Amino acid sequence: MSRFIDLTLNGIANGAIYAAVALSLVLIWRATRILNFAQAGMLMFTTFIAWAVIDSGASYWVGFAVALVSGLALGAIVERIVIRPVEGAPPLNAVVVTLGLLILIEAIAGMIWGGNPKSFPPAFSIKGYHVGNHTLLFSPFDLFTVLVVLGMMVLVAVLFTRTSLGLRMRAAAFEPEVARLLGVRVAQMFTVGWALAAVAASLAGVLIAPAVFVAPNNFDAVLVFGFTAAVLGGLESPQGALVGGMIIGLALSYVAGYISGQLVTLGALAILVAVLMIRPEGLFAMHQARRV
Amino acid sequence: MATRVDVSVTRGGAARRVVDHTLLRHLAIAVAAGVVLWLITLSLGSFDNIQLATMGYYFVAVAGLTVLTGLNGQISLGHGALMAIGAYTTVKLQSGPGWPLALILVVAVIVTALAGIAAGAAAARLRGPYLAGATLALAVGLPSLADKFPKFLGASNGITVPPPTVPSSLGATFPLERWQAWITILGGLATYVLLANLVRSRVGRSLRAVRDDEIAAELCGLHVPRTQVLAFVISAACAGLAGGLFVVVNNLAAPGSFPLSLSVAVLTGVILGGLGSLMGAVWGAALIVLIPTWSDDLSKAMNLSQNVQANLSIAIYGLVLIGVMLAAPRGLQGLIERIVGLGRGLRANQQRSRGPQRPGKEEKSEP
Repeated sequence: MSRFIDLTLNGIANGAIYAAVALSLVLIWRATRILNFAQAGMLMFTTFIAWAVIDSGASYWVGFAVALVSGLALGAIVERIVIRPVEGAPPLNAVVVTLGLLILIEAIAGMIWGGNPKSFPPAFSIKGYHVGNHTLLFSPFDLFTVLVVLGMMVLVAVLFTRTSLGLRMRAAAFEPEVARLLGVRVAQMFTVGWALAAVAASLAGVLIAPAVFVAPNNFDAVLVFGFTAAVLGGLESPQGALVGGMIIGLALSYVAGYISGQLVTLGALAILVAVLMIRPEGLFAMHQARRV
Repeated sequence: MATRVDVSVTRGGAARRVVDHTLLRHLAIAVAAGVVLWLITLSLGSFDNIQLATMGYYFVAVAGLTVLTGLNGQISLGHGALMAIGAYTTVKLQSGPGWPLALILVVAVIVTALAGIAAGAAAARLRGPYLAGATLALAVGLPSLADKFPKFLGASNGITVPPPTVPSSLGATFPLERWQAWITILGGLATYVLLANLVRSRVGRSLRAVRDDEIAAELCGLHVPRTQVLAFVISAACAGLAGGLFVVVNNLAAPGSFPLSLSVAVLTGVILGGLGSLMGAVWGAALIVLIPTWSDDLSKAMNLSQNVQANLSIAIYGLVLIGVMLAAPRGLQGLIERIVGLGRGLRANQQRSRGPQRPGKEEKSEP
């Protein structure tokens, strides 16, 4: 029983991170109908920047802030330069471009920082809480992770439902032509969407970095998990991303704990395929007929 | 798809029949290419022969993916994983019952094609980005199976097999690398003939019909999901052969040989050459082998650091993927065809106004 509780807590902590990655994918999907495979590369890059800042002697929190700010900038730059031309093009073009961007960013990071994994410090202790004489598989850092991600989710929800910017972003995503007629600068909203998404992703990167270490290819699996979570949630809704992230986090934690740690990625694939078979539009999306 | 039939009145009877007959034409092209490549292998050193052999198996993989993506509009980022299935089947059989290599390769193709049925059945229900994500998960996840079954699949070190034995009839001094190049060239030519015929056949037309408009294809009586699974199976079979040939060249199957970047490299070959074009697959395969070599030479010549050198070719792949998609979505072959077509168009213009473009060419990438 205690093992089950441990795995559950661990799953929630990981699930929070996957939810953040899923949220970043959802924000971009909503804004531009593009699935951003480069997200793994972008969050790896901002995490590397944070690592470099911390490694040079600055405090953890400076690195944390730098990661988020550089994520904001990177998201906007990428959208402006590379993504703008393929918006509205056939989906395959965008897939290829973001994939090219993924390996380009990974190669650039490899050129700058090399291929050896770097250890990334956690914000708080990663020693589990003690309950009686049992050490839980849940640490202060895990608690911090869950709280930060939940906080970000709330902020995003407030942004979308309570602010004028959020309203304009939703309008631009939902009905670009009409929004443009009503004076919304649609292209600008897309850029904002990408920038926000990159911030969410870089947050996930900093949070998961202590566990996976920082190296150019180390975040590919996180992208797979985040994508699976986003698809579970329907690729459309931020709440779906949160729920999907939690489901994936828990499921993979049980797979790793009860079956085998090596099967985690294949477990994600199995969940993904199962969900897509039963409900190809995800658990939370409204049914949408394919356009002819 | 490969060559346009040039129906000129002056051409003689026998040659005309070969050109007009699809199977004969492709066989003739394959034989001609085989003779040229055979002559080339005789003049190449061992390093260049290995390069050629590498191009051979990349061509098989790229050609398979170009059928899936270019002709049927489905994307796969998991072809590296399918190649791994073919490669592992090959090494297991090579260290097993002592079958001849040709039989082993055929079994590797069949096993991978069966895996392709499973993958294709899932893929037929998925569209664009969803399919890309699912196959991405396959590419990232499958190699970890080797760690799960270390006894059977040799963990992260993989399984090593002895290189193929050169037949003694070729002489004792016959270089192994040339023999490896011959095997992969033969595999590549066989793939070319089979795929080139398939593309021009009823199957090829149904693949294109499903790509261009699923609903219209269904109204014409095509079974859309079955066609999509078929495309996946054909493509997987090619990937299986490519994996088997990979073992012939590298004598090894290890999880590290089939990273995500391999799947991306194969896709780069497809995009670079031009979607759906078998000739494009030749350019694409050649370039994905030559780019790393050139970039290594470049970084050595410019005295770049180890880190830069290790990543330069990957960076170039990335730039190529982005650049080609933004600047020339139909790839090199499209560029060549456009240039050739320009010349032809000028000539045709003198006689009559230019007809419509070949249909389906422009919106090729729409799944």
